[in-house]
Amino acid sequence: MKALTFRNLSKTYKNGVQALKGIDLDVEEGDFFALLGPNGAGKTTAIGIVTSLVNKTGGQVAIFGHDLDKELAASKACIGVVPQEVNFNQFETVTTILLNQAGFYGIPRSVARSRLEKYLTTLQLWDKRNAVSRTLSGGMKRRLMIARALMHEPRLVILDEPTAGVDIEVRRSMWTFMREINNAGTTIILTTHYLEEAENLCRHVAIIDRGRIIENDRMASVLRKLQTEVFVFNLHSPLGAVPELPGYRVSMPDDHTLEVEVSKQQSLNEIFSRLSSAGIEVLSMRNKSNRLEELFMRLVNQPTAAVGG
Amino acid sequence: MLLQVNTVGFKTIVLREFHRIVRIWAQTIVPPAITAALYFIIFGSLIGRRIGDMGGYTYIQYIAPGLIMMAVITNSYGNVVSSFFGAKFGKHVEELLVSPLPNWLIVAGYICGGVVRGLMVGAVVTIITLIFTRLQVYHFAVLLSAVLLSSVVFALAGMVNAIFAKNFDQISFIPTFVLTPLTYLGGVFYTILLLPQWAQSISHANPILYMVNAFRYGFLGVSDVNVGLAYTIMIGAAVVLYVFCVTLLNRGVGTRE
Repeated sequence: MKALTFRNLSKTYKNGVQALKGIDLDVEEGDFFALLGPNGAGKTTAIGIVTSLVNKTGGQVAIFGHDLDKELAASKACIGVVPQEVNFNQFETVTTILLNQAGFYGIPRSVARSRLEKYLTTLQLWDKRNAVSRTLSGGMKRRLMIARALMHEPRLVILDEPTAGVDIEVRRSMWTFMREINNAGTTIILTTHYLEEAENLCRHVAIIDRGRIIENDRMASVLRKLQTEVFVFNLHSPLGAVPELPGYRVSMPDDHTLEVEVSKQQSLNEIFSRLSSAGIEVLSMRNKSNRLEELFMRLVNQPTAAVGG
Repeated sequence: MLLQVNTVGFKTIVLREFHRIVRIWAQTIVPPAITAALYFIIFGSLIGRRIGDMGGYTYIQYIAPGLIMMAVITNSYGNVVSSFFGAKFGKHVEELLVSPLPNWLIVAGYICGGVVRGLMVGAVVTIITLIFTRLQVYHFAVLLSAVLLSSVVFALAGMVNAIFAKNFDQISFIPTFVLTPLTYLGGVFYTILLLPQWAQSISHANPILYMVNAFRYGFLGVSDVNVGLAYTIMIGAAVVLYVFCVTLLNRGVGTRE
Protein backbone atom coordinates (compact mmCIF):
# COMPACT_ATOMS: atom_id res chain seq x y z
CA MET A 1 0.00 0.00 0.00
CA LYS A 2 1.10 3.52 -0.70
CA ALA A 3 1.67 5.57 2.44
CA LEU A 4 1.71 8.80 0.46
CA THR A 5 0.83 9.68 -3.12
CA PHE A 6 1.21 12.98 -4.96
CA ARG A 7 -0.34 13.36 -8.38
CA ASN A 8 0.42 16.49 -10.39
CA LEU A 9 0.77 18.43 -7.13
CA SER A 10 1.29 22.13 -7.61
CA LYS A 11 1.48 25.21 -5.48
CA THR A 12 1.73 28.83 -6.53
CA TYR A 13 1.94 31.41 -3.76
CA LYS A 14 0.11 34.73 -3.88
CA ASN A 15 3.36 36.49 -4.79
CA GLY A 16 3.52 34.37 -7.95
CA VAL A 17 6.26 32.00 -6.77
CA GLN A 18 5.67 28.49 -8.15
CA ALA A 19 6.90 26.34 -5.28
CA LEU A 20 5.71 23.03 -6.79
CA LYS A 21 5.31 22.49 -10.53
CA GLY A 22 3.06 19.44 -10.79
CA ILE A 23 5.04 16.73 -9.00
CA ASP A 24 4.24 13.00 -8.81
CA LEU A 25 5.54 10.93 -5.92
CA ASP A 26 4.81 7.58 -4.26
CA VAL A 27 6.05 6.50 -0.85
CA GLU A 28 5.48 2.85 0.02
CA GLU A 29 4.18 1.80 3.42
CA GLY A 30 7.05 0.96 5.78
CA ASP A 31 9.63 2.85 3.74
CA PHE A 32 12.29 5.17 5.12
CA PHE A 33 12.16 7.87 2.46
CA ALA A 34 14.48 10.85 2.01
CA LEU A 35 13.05 14.01 0.46
CA LEU A 36 16.04 16.16 -0.35
CA GLY A 37 16.62 19.48 -2.02
CA PRO A 38 18.33 22.82 -1.60
CA ASN A 39 16.72 25.63 0.40
CA GLY A 40 13.60 26.91 -1.34
CA ALA A 41 13.31 23.79 -3.53
CA GLY A 42 9.73 23.05 -2.42
CA LYS A 43 10.25 20.38 0.28
CA THR A 44 8.61 22.30 3.10
CA THR A 45 5.75 23.38 0.83
CA ALA A 46 5.12 19.72 -0.04
CA ILE A 47 5.14 18.77 3.63
CA GLY A 48 2.92 21.75 4.44
CA ILE A 49 0.34 20.52 1.93
CA VAL A 50 0.41 16.98 3.37
CA THR A 51 -0.11 18.33 6.88
CA SER A 52 -2.79 20.75 5.57
CA LEU A 53 -0.93 23.84 6.73
CA VAL A 54 -0.55 24.97 3.13
CA ASN A 55 -3.38 25.05 0.58
CA LYS A 56 -2.40 23.35 -2.67
CA THR A 57 -3.12 25.03 -5.99
CA GLY A 58 -3.74 21.82 -7.92
CA GLY A 59 -3.31 18.04 -7.97
CA GLN A 60 -4.17 15.24 -5.57
CA VAL A 61 -2.70 14.00 -2.31
CA ALA A 62 -3.60 10.65 -0.73
CA ILE A 63 -2.40 9.35 2.63
CA PHE A 64 -2.83 5.58 3.05
CA GLY A 65 -5.51 5.79 0.39
CA HIS A 66 -7.39 8.65 2.06
CA ASP A 67 -7.88 11.55 -0.33
CA LEU A 68 -6.81 14.73 1.46
CA ASP A 69 -9.68 16.70 -0.10
CA LYS A 70 -12.43 14.18 0.68
CA GLU A 71 -11.28 12.45 3.89
CA LEU A 72 -9.39 15.17 5.69
CA ALA A 73 -9.80 13.90 9.27
CA ALA A 74 -8.86 10.30 8.35
CA SER A 75 -5.82 11.58 6.43
CA LYS A 76 -4.68 13.77 9.30
CA ALA A 77 -5.07 10.97 11.84
CA CYS A 78 -2.43 8.93 9.94
CA ILE A 79 0.28 11.61 10.14
CA GLY A 80 2.72 12.72 12.81
CA VAL A 81 4.89 15.68 11.92
CA VAL A 82 8.12 17.06 13.36
CA PRO A 83 8.47 20.54 11.84
CA GLN A 84 11.66 22.45 11.16
CA GLU A 85 10.86 25.18 13.67
CA VAL A 86 9.85 24.78 17.29
CA ASN A 87 6.06 25.04 17.36
CA PHE A 88 4.96 24.04 20.83
CA ASN A 89 3.73 26.39 23.55
CA GLN A 90 6.94 27.44 25.28
CA PHE A 91 5.07 28.31 28.48
CA GLU A 92 3.74 24.79 28.96
CA THR A 93 5.50 21.87 30.58
CA VAL A 94 6.73 18.87 28.61
CA THR A 95 3.99 16.68 30.10
CA THR A 96 1.22 19.19 29.30
CA ILE A 97 2.36 19.51 25.67
CA LEU A 98 2.31 15.74 25.16
CA LEU A 99 -1.01 15.16 26.96
CA ASN A 100 -2.65 17.96 24.96
CA GLN A 101 -1.30 16.52 21.73
CA ALA A 102 -2.77 13.11 22.57
CA GLY A 103 -6.07 14.83 23.42
CA PHE A 104 -6.22 16.52 20.01
CA TYR A 105 -6.20 13.02 18.48
CA GLY A 106 -8.89 11.71 20.84
CA ILE A 107 -6.57 9.56 22.96
CA PRO A 108 -7.82 9.12 26.53
CA ARG A 109 -5.60 10.45 29.34
CA SER A 110 -4.79 7.01 30.79
CA VAL A 111 -3.43 5.78 27.44
CA ALA A 112 -1.68 9.09 26.83
CA ARG A 113 0.15 8.90 30.18
CA SER A 114 1.62 5.47 29.44
CA ARG A 115 2.74 6.57 25.95
CA LEU A 116 4.20 9.75 27.41
CA GLU A 117 6.36 7.71 29.81
CA LYS A 118 7.43 5.35 27.00
CA TYR A 119 8.50 8.04 24.55
CA LEU A 120 10.04 10.42 27.09
CA THR A 121 12.10 7.55 28.50
CA THR A 122 13.22 6.37 25.07
CA LEU A 123 14.12 9.89 24.00
CA GLN A 124 15.93 10.57 27.31
CA LEU A 125 13.56 13.32 28.42
CA TRP A 126 11.81 11.59 31.32
CA ASP A 127 13.64 13.64 33.97
CA LYS A 128 12.49 16.81 32.14
CA ARG A 129 8.82 15.86 32.15
CA ASN A 130 7.85 18.66 34.55
CA ALA A 131 10.16 21.27 33.02
CA VAL A 132 8.68 24.30 31.25
CA SER A 133 9.49 23.67 27.59
CA ARG A 134 11.28 26.97 26.97
CA THR A 135 13.97 25.93 29.48
CA LEU A 136 14.98 22.91 27.37
CA SER A 137 18.11 22.90 25.22
CA GLY A 138 17.81 22.92 21.41
CA GLY A 139 18.38 19.16 21.18
CA MET A 140 15.81 18.47 23.89
CA LYS A 141 13.24 20.62 22.08
CA ARG A 142 13.77 18.58 18.91
CA ARG A 143 13.34 15.33 20.84
CA LEU A 144 10.22 16.71 22.50
CA MET A 145 8.75 17.42 19.06
CA ILE A 146 9.53 13.82 18.02
CA ALA A 147 7.82 12.49 21.16
CA ARG A 148 4.85 14.75 20.44
CA ALA A 149 4.58 13.49 16.85
CA LEU A 150 4.44 9.91 18.12
CA MET A 151 1.81 10.35 20.86
CA HIS A 152 -1.02 9.19 18.59
CA GLU A 153 1.21 6.45 17.09
CA PRO A 154 0.81 7.58 13.48
CA ARG A 155 1.41 5.30 10.50
CA LEU A 156 3.40 8.01 8.70
CA VAL A 157 5.92 10.25 10.45
CA ILE A 158 7.30 13.26 8.62
CA LEU A 159 10.59 14.53 10.00
CA ASP A 160 11.52 17.94 8.62
CA GLU A 161 15.19 18.37 9.49
CA PRO A 162 14.87 16.68 12.89
CA THR A 163 18.57 16.73 13.73
CA ALA A 164 19.33 20.33 12.70
CA GLY A 165 21.48 21.96 15.35
CA VAL A 166 21.88 18.94 17.62
CA ASP A 167 25.23 17.52 18.67
CA ILE A 168 26.71 14.34 17.20
CA GLU A 169 25.88 12.15 20.20
CA VAL A 170 22.21 13.17 20.24
CA ARG A 171 22.02 12.88 16.45
CA ARG A 172 23.31 9.30 16.57
CA SER A 173 20.85 8.34 19.29
CA MET A 174 18.04 9.93 17.24
CA TRP A 175 19.12 7.87 14.20
CA THR A 176 18.90 4.71 16.30
CA PHE A 177 15.45 5.71 17.49
CA MET A 178 14.23 6.55 13.97
CA ARG A 179 15.45 3.14 12.74
CA GLU A 180 13.60 1.45 15.61
CA ILE A 181 10.25 3.08 14.85
CA ASN A 182 10.73 2.37 11.13
CA ASN A 183 11.55 -1.28 11.90
CA ALA A 184 8.34 -1.40 13.95
CA GLY A 185 6.41 -0.59 10.74
CA THR A 186 6.10 3.20 10.77
CA THR A 187 6.70 4.86 7.41
CA ILE A 188 9.14 7.74 7.70
CA ILE A 189 9.73 10.66 5.36
CA LEU A 190 12.88 12.54 6.23
CA THR A 191 14.10 15.87 4.96
CA THR A 192 17.58 16.82 5.97
CA HIS A 193 20.58 18.88 4.91
CA TYR A 194 22.87 16.22 6.40
CA LEU A 195 23.12 13.97 3.37
CA GLU A 196 25.19 11.45 5.32
CA GLU A 197 22.07 11.05 7.49
CA ALA A 198 19.85 10.33 4.49
CA GLU A 199 22.42 7.94 2.99
CA ASN A 200 22.66 6.00 6.25
CA LEU A 201 18.98 5.83 7.10
CA CYS A 202 16.87 5.91 3.96
CA ARG A 203 16.03 3.21 1.42
CA HIS A 204 14.48 5.53 -1.15
CA VAL A 205 15.33 9.09 -2.08
CA ALA A 206 13.66 11.85 -4.05
CA ILE A 207 15.53 15.04 -4.86
CA ILE A 208 13.44 18.11 -5.49
CA ASP A 209 14.77 21.28 -7.04
CA ARG A 210 12.97 24.43 -8.14
CA GLY A 211 9.59 22.79 -7.68
CA ARG A 212 10.33 19.64 -9.72
CA ILE A 213 11.50 16.17 -8.77
CA ILE A 214 14.84 15.63 -10.47
CA GLU A 215 15.66 12.22 -9.00
CA ASN A 216 13.46 9.52 -7.47
CA ASP A 217 14.77 6.01 -6.95
CA ARG A 218 16.16 3.48 -4.48
CA MET A 219 19.10 4.92 -2.55
CA ALA A 220 21.44 2.19 -3.84
CA SER A 221 20.41 2.84 -7.46
CA VAL A 222 20.87 6.57 -7.05
CA LEU A 223 24.33 6.13 -5.59
CA ARG A 224 25.35 3.82 -8.43
CA LYS A 225 24.77 6.71 -10.81
CA LEU A 226 27.75 8.46 -9.30
CA GLN A 227 30.54 7.81 -11.80
CA THR A 228 33.49 9.34 -9.96
CA GLU A 229 34.63 9.96 -6.40
CA VAL A 230 37.28 12.32 -5.04
CA PHE A 231 39.81 10.83 -2.63
CA VAL A 232 41.96 12.93 -0.32
CA PHE A 233 45.50 11.69 0.39
CA ASN A 234 47.37 13.06 3.43
CA LEU A 235 51.10 13.02 2.72
CA HIS A 236 54.08 12.40 4.99
CA SER A 237 56.31 15.07 3.42
CA PRO A 238 55.49 18.38 1.72
CA LEU A 239 55.40 18.51 -2.09
CA GLY A 240 56.74 21.38 -4.18
CA ALA A 241 54.47 20.77 -7.21
CA VAL A 242 51.45 18.71 -8.26
CA PRO A 243 52.78 15.24 -9.21
CA GLU A 244 52.11 13.72 -12.64
CA LEU A 245 49.35 11.03 -12.49
CA PRO A 246 48.34 10.37 -16.13
CA GLY A 247 44.62 9.61 -16.50
CA TYR A 248 43.65 11.19 -13.17
CA ARG A 249 42.52 14.71 -12.30
CA VAL A 250 44.78 15.82 -9.46
CA SER A 251 44.78 18.96 -7.33
CA MET A 252 46.85 20.04 -4.32
CA PRO A 253 44.94 22.18 -1.78
CA ASP A 254 48.12 22.46 0.35
CA ASP A 255 51.61 20.97 0.26
CA HIS A 256 50.66 17.98 2.48
CA THR A 257 47.38 17.09 0.68
CA LEU A 258 46.47 15.65 -2.72
CA GLU A 259 42.94 15.36 -4.11
CA VAL A 260 42.48 12.76 -6.86
CA GLU A 261 39.26 12.20 -8.83
CA VAL A 262 38.82 8.49 -9.55
CA SER A 263 36.27 7.01 -11.93
CA LYS A 264 34.52 3.68 -11.30
CA GLN A 265 36.72 1.96 -13.89
CA GLN A 266 39.97 3.11 -12.33
CA SER A 267 41.90 1.25 -9.63
CA LEU A 268 43.20 2.77 -6.43
CA ASN A 269 46.17 0.35 -6.54
CA GLU A 270 47.43 2.13 -9.63
CA ILE A 271 47.42 5.47 -7.84
CA PHE A 272 49.32 4.02 -4.88
CA SER A 273 51.93 2.40 -7.11
CA ARG A 274 52.47 5.64 -9.03
CA LEU A 275 52.74 7.68 -5.84
CA SER A 276 55.21 5.12 -4.40
CA SER A 277 57.38 5.17 -7.50
CA ALA A 278 57.43 8.99 -7.31
CA GLY A 279 58.67 8.65 -3.70
CA ILE A 280 55.47 10.08 -2.22
CA GLU A 281 54.49 8.49 1.10
CA VAL A 282 50.75 8.45 1.96
CA LEU A 283 49.82 8.59 5.66
CA SER A 284 46.03 8.30 5.29
CA MET A 285 43.21 8.47 2.73
CA ARG A 286 39.51 9.42 2.87
CA ASN A 287 36.55 10.35 0.65
CA LYS A 288 36.32 14.09 0.11
CA SER A 289 32.56 14.03 0.76
CA ASN A 290 29.91 11.38 1.07
CA ARG A 291 28.62 9.92 -2.17
CA LEU A 292 25.06 11.25 -1.89
CA GLU A 293 26.34 14.75 -1.29
CA GLU A 294 28.48 14.48 -4.41
CA LEU A 295 25.51 13.36 -6.53
CA PHE A 296 23.18 15.92 -4.95
CA MET A 297 25.51 18.79 -5.82
CA ARG A 298 25.79 17.60 -9.41
CA LEU A 299 22.05 17.20 -9.86
CA VAL A 300 20.94 20.50 -8.38
CA ASN A 301 23.59 22.38 -10.32
CA GLN A 302 22.33 21.08 -13.67
CA PRO A 303 19.74 23.45 -15.11
CA THR A 304 18.26 20.77 -17.37
CA ALA A 305 18.46 17.84 -14.99
CA ALA A 306 14.73 17.29 -14.54
CA VAL A 307 13.86 13.60 -14.86
CA GLY A 308 10.45 13.53 -13.25
CA GLY A 309 7.52 15.48 -11.89
CA MET B 1 -14.66 6.64 17.19
CA LEU B 2 -15.19 10.05 15.59
CA LEU B 3 -17.36 11.06 18.56
CA GLN B 4 -14.62 10.01 20.98
CA VAL B 5 -11.95 11.96 19.07
CA ASN B 6 -14.16 15.06 19.03
CA THR B 7 -15.23 14.75 22.68
CA VAL B 8 -11.69 14.23 23.99
CA GLY B 9 -10.38 16.93 21.64
CA PHE B 10 -12.98 19.47 22.76
CA LYS B 11 -12.30 18.75 26.45
CA THR B 12 -8.57 19.10 25.82
CA ILE B 13 -8.95 22.55 24.21
CA VAL B 14 -11.24 23.81 26.99
CA LEU B 15 -9.02 22.42 29.76
CA ARG B 16 -5.95 23.93 28.12
CA GLU B 17 -7.70 27.32 28.04
CA PHE B 18 -8.78 26.93 31.68
CA HIS B 19 -5.23 26.07 32.78
CA ARG B 20 -3.94 29.08 30.85
CA ILE B 21 -6.42 31.38 32.64
CA VAL B 22 -5.41 29.99 36.02
CA ARG B 23 -1.67 29.96 35.20
CA ILE B 24 -1.67 33.69 34.40
CA TRP B 25 -4.27 34.65 37.03
CA ALA B 26 -2.44 37.90 37.75
CA GLN B 27 -3.21 38.98 34.17
CA THR B 28 -6.65 37.41 33.80
CA ILE B 29 -8.49 37.63 37.12
CA VAL B 30 -6.87 40.32 39.26
CA PRO B 31 -6.94 43.40 36.94
CA PRO B 32 -10.71 43.29 36.25
CA ALA B 33 -11.35 42.83 39.98
CA ILE B 34 -9.28 45.93 40.82
CA THR B 35 -10.91 47.94 38.02
CA ALA B 36 -14.38 46.97 39.23
CA ALA B 37 -13.53 47.89 42.82
CA LEU B 38 -12.29 51.33 41.67
CA TYR B 39 -15.48 51.91 39.65
CA PHE B 40 -17.61 51.07 42.67
CA ILE B 41 -15.57 53.31 44.97
CA ILE B 42 -15.47 56.31 42.61
CA PHE B 43 -18.68 56.12 40.58
CA GLY B 44 -20.76 54.15 43.05
CA SER B 45 -19.87 55.40 46.52
CA LEU B 46 -18.30 58.85 45.97
CA ILE B 47 -19.96 60.36 42.87
CA GLY B 48 -23.01 58.06 42.88
CA ARG B 49 -24.38 59.48 46.15
CA ARG B 50 -24.62 62.94 44.59
CA ILE B 51 -26.27 61.59 41.40
CA GLY B 52 -29.21 60.13 43.28
CA ASP B 53 -31.60 57.47 41.94
CA MET B 54 -31.63 56.14 38.39
CA GLY B 55 -34.39 53.97 36.95
CA GLY B 56 -35.88 53.72 40.42
CA TYR B 57 -32.69 52.36 42.03
CA THR B 58 -29.69 53.88 43.76
CA TYR B 59 -26.96 54.76 41.26
CA ILE B 60 -24.61 52.06 42.54
CA GLN B 61 -27.34 49.41 42.18
CA TYR B 62 -28.15 50.68 38.69
CA ILE B 63 -24.57 50.49 37.38
CA ALA B 64 -23.69 47.18 39.09
CA PRO B 65 -25.14 44.89 36.34
CA GLY B 66 -23.48 47.02 33.66
CA LEU B 67 -20.10 46.82 35.37
CA ILE B 68 -20.37 43.03 35.73
CA MET B 69 -21.37 42.74 32.08
CA MET B 70 -18.53 45.03 31.01
CA ALA B 71 -16.03 42.75 32.77
CA VAL B 72 -17.58 39.65 31.18
CA ILE B 73 -17.53 41.14 27.68
CA THR B 74 -13.96 42.47 27.79
CA ASN B 75 -12.58 39.27 29.33
CA SER B 76 -14.40 36.88 27.00
CA TYR B 77 -13.10 38.90 24.06
CA GLY B 78 -9.63 39.32 25.54
CA ASN B 79 -9.18 35.64 26.34
CA VAL B 80 -9.87 34.37 22.86
CA VAL B 81 -8.05 37.15 21.03
CA SER B 82 -4.89 36.78 23.11
CA SER B 83 -4.94 32.99 23.30
CA PHE B 84 -5.62 32.31 19.61
CA PHE B 85 -3.33 35.06 18.34
CA GLY B 86 -0.65 33.89 20.81
CA ALA B 87 -1.02 30.38 19.38
CA LYS B 88 -0.64 31.78 15.85
CA PHE B 89 2.35 33.91 16.85
CA GLY B 90 4.06 31.02 18.69
CA LYS B 91 3.03 28.64 15.88
CA HIS B 92 1.53 26.14 18.33
CA VAL B 93 -1.84 26.66 16.64
CA GLU B 94 -0.33 24.17 14.16
CA GLU B 95 -0.79 21.45 16.80
CA LEU B 96 -4.54 21.89 16.33
CA LEU B 97 -4.53 22.58 12.60
CA VAL B 98 -2.68 19.35 11.74
CA SER B 99 -4.88 17.30 14.10
CA PRO B 100 -8.05 15.56 12.88
CA LEU B 101 -10.27 17.92 14.90
CA PRO B 102 -12.75 19.78 12.64
CA ASN B 103 -12.62 23.55 12.55
CA TRP B 104 -16.13 23.93 14.00
CA LEU B 105 -14.91 22.11 17.10
CA ILE B 106 -11.71 24.16 17.39
CA VAL B 107 -13.80 27.36 17.29
CA ALA B 108 -16.23 25.91 19.86
CA GLY B 109 -13.33 24.98 22.16
CA TYR B 110 -11.79 28.44 22.08
CA ILE B 111 -15.19 30.10 22.55
CA CYS B 112 -15.88 27.88 25.55
CA GLY B 113 -12.51 28.96 26.99
CA GLY B 114 -13.49 32.61 26.50
CA VAL B 115 -16.85 32.04 28.18
CA VAL B 116 -15.15 30.29 31.11
CA ARG B 117 -12.90 33.31 31.68
CA GLY B 118 -15.80 35.74 31.20
CA LEU B 119 -17.88 33.92 33.78
CA MET B 120 -14.98 33.52 36.22
CA VAL B 121 -14.27 37.26 36.07
CA GLY B 122 -18.01 38.01 36.20
CA ALA B 123 -18.28 35.96 39.40
CA VAL B 124 -15.33 37.79 40.98
CA VAL B 125 -16.79 41.21 40.05
CA THR B 126 -20.18 40.12 41.43
CA ILE B 127 -18.54 39.26 44.76
CA ILE B 128 -16.87 42.69 44.79
CA THR B 129 -20.23 44.28 43.98
CA LEU B 130 -21.73 42.63 47.07
CA ILE B 131 -19.15 44.42 49.22
CA PHE B 132 -20.56 47.77 48.08
CA THR B 133 -24.27 47.13 47.62
CA ARG B 134 -27.07 44.58 47.77
CA LEU B 135 -28.01 42.80 44.56
CA GLN B 136 -31.48 41.53 43.88
CA VAL B 137 -32.33 39.01 41.19
CA TYR B 138 -35.50 39.79 39.27
CA HIS B 139 -35.34 37.00 36.68
CA PHE B 140 -32.52 34.47 37.09
CA ALA B 141 -33.01 32.73 33.70
CA VAL B 142 -32.79 36.07 31.86
CA LEU B 143 -29.73 37.06 33.87
CA LEU B 144 -27.93 33.79 33.18
CA SER B 145 -28.84 33.49 29.50
CA ALA B 146 -27.99 37.16 28.83
CA VAL B 147 -24.53 36.84 30.36
CA LEU B 148 -23.87 33.55 28.55
CA LEU B 149 -24.97 34.84 25.16
CA SER B 150 -23.04 38.11 25.53
CA SER B 151 -19.96 36.16 26.50
CA VAL B 152 -20.31 33.86 23.48
CA VAL B 153 -20.81 36.80 21.10
CA PHE B 154 -17.71 38.64 22.30
CA ALA B 155 -15.60 35.51 22.50
CA LEU B 156 -16.48 34.95 18.82
CA ALA B 157 -15.69 38.58 18.02
CA GLY B 158 -12.30 38.07 19.69
CA MET B 159 -11.75 34.99 17.52
CA VAL B 160 -12.45 36.98 14.34
CA ASN B 161 -9.98 39.65 15.49
CA ALA B 162 -7.33 36.99 16.27
CA ILE B 163 -7.79 35.22 12.93
CA PHE B 164 -7.22 38.42 10.94
CA ALA B 165 -4.52 39.92 13.21
CA LYS B 166 -0.97 39.89 11.88
CA ASN B 167 0.71 41.58 14.85
CA PHE B 168 0.09 42.56 18.47
CA ASP B 169 -1.02 46.08 17.52
CA GLN B 170 -3.94 44.60 15.64
CA ILE B 171 -5.19 42.66 18.64
CA SER B 172 -5.18 45.77 20.85
CA PHE B 173 -6.68 48.10 18.21
CA ILE B 174 -10.24 46.74 18.33
CA PRO B 175 -10.51 46.53 22.15
CA THR B 176 -9.10 50.06 22.54
CA PHE B 177 -10.82 51.92 19.72
CA VAL B 178 -14.03 49.94 19.24
CA LEU B 179 -14.91 47.76 22.23
CA THR B 180 -14.17 50.24 25.02
CA PRO B 181 -16.11 53.18 23.49
CA LEU B 182 -19.06 50.92 22.65
CA THR B 183 -19.07 49.56 26.21
CA TYR B 184 -18.95 53.01 27.83
CA LEU B 185 -21.66 54.28 25.48
CA GLY B 186 -23.73 51.11 25.90
CA GLY B 187 -25.70 52.20 28.92
CA VAL B 188 -23.37 50.82 31.59
CA PHE B 189 -23.29 54.08 33.55
CA TYR B 190 -26.59 55.68 32.56
CA THR B 191 -30.04 55.11 31.14
CA ILE B 192 -30.21 56.27 27.55
CA LEU B 193 -33.52 57.95 28.41
CA LEU B 194 -31.34 60.77 29.77
CA LEU B 195 -29.96 61.39 26.27
CA PRO B 196 -31.50 63.64 23.58
CA GLN B 197 -33.57 61.79 20.99
CA TRP B 198 -30.83 61.76 18.30
CA ALA B 199 -28.33 60.27 20.76
CA GLN B 200 -30.86 57.64 21.81
CA SER B 201 -31.31 56.68 18.16
CA ILE B 202 -27.54 56.30 17.70
CA SER B 203 -27.32 54.28 20.91
CA HIS B 204 -29.79 51.76 19.53
CA ALA B 205 -27.18 50.82 16.90
CA ASN B 206 -24.81 49.72 19.68
CA PRO B 207 -25.16 45.95 20.33
CA ILE B 208 -23.72 46.28 23.82
CA LEU B 209 -26.73 48.42 24.83
CA TYR B 210 -28.96 45.37 24.32
CA MET B 211 -26.69 43.05 26.26
CA VAL B 212 -26.27 45.37 29.22
CA ASN B 213 -30.00 46.08 29.38
CA ALA B 214 -31.02 42.42 29.09
CA PHE B 215 -28.61 41.62 31.92
CA ARG B 216 -29.86 44.59 33.99
CA TYR B 217 -33.41 43.38 33.42
CA GLY B 218 -32.43 40.02 34.94
CA PHE B 219 -31.19 41.81 38.07
CA LEU B 220 -33.50 44.80 38.45
CA GLY B 221 -36.43 44.23 36.12
CA VAL B 222 -35.77 47.49 34.23
CA SER B 223 -34.48 47.92 30.69
CA ASP B 224 -34.09 50.72 28.15
CA VAL B 225 -34.71 48.27 25.29
CA ASN B 226 -37.13 45.50 24.42
CA VAL B 227 -35.69 42.35 26.03
CA GLY B 228 -37.05 40.14 23.26
CA LEU B 229 -35.22 42.27 20.68
CA ALA B 230 -32.08 42.01 22.79
CA TYR B 231 -32.25 38.20 22.62
CA THR B 232 -32.82 38.27 18.89
CA ILE B 233 -29.73 40.43 18.41
CA MET B 234 -27.57 38.31 20.73
CA ILE B 235 -28.60 34.96 19.22
CA GLY B 236 -28.36 36.33 15.68
CA ALA B 237 -24.89 37.78 16.32
CA ALA B 238 -23.70 34.50 17.89
CA VAL B 239 -24.88 32.40 14.94
CA VAL B 240 -23.49 34.77 12.29
CA LEU B 241 -20.12 35.15 14.02
CA TYR B 242 -19.77 31.39 14.63
CA VAL B 243 -20.44 30.56 10.99
CA PHE B 244 -18.05 33.35 9.96
CA CYS B 245 -15.25 32.03 12.22
CA VAL B 246 -15.61 28.45 10.96
CA THR B 247 -15.66 29.64 7.35
CA LEU B 248 -12.49 31.66 7.92
CA LEU B 249 -10.69 28.64 9.40
CA ASN B 250 -11.96 26.35 6.64
CA ARG B 251 -10.55 28.75 4.06
CA GLY B 252 -7.32 29.04 6.02
CA VAL B 253 -7.58 32.81 6.42
CA GLY B 254 -4.79 33.90 8.78
CA THR B 255 -3.79 30.33 9.54
CA ARG B 256 -2.71 28.65 6.31
CA GLU B 257 -0.67 29.76 3.32
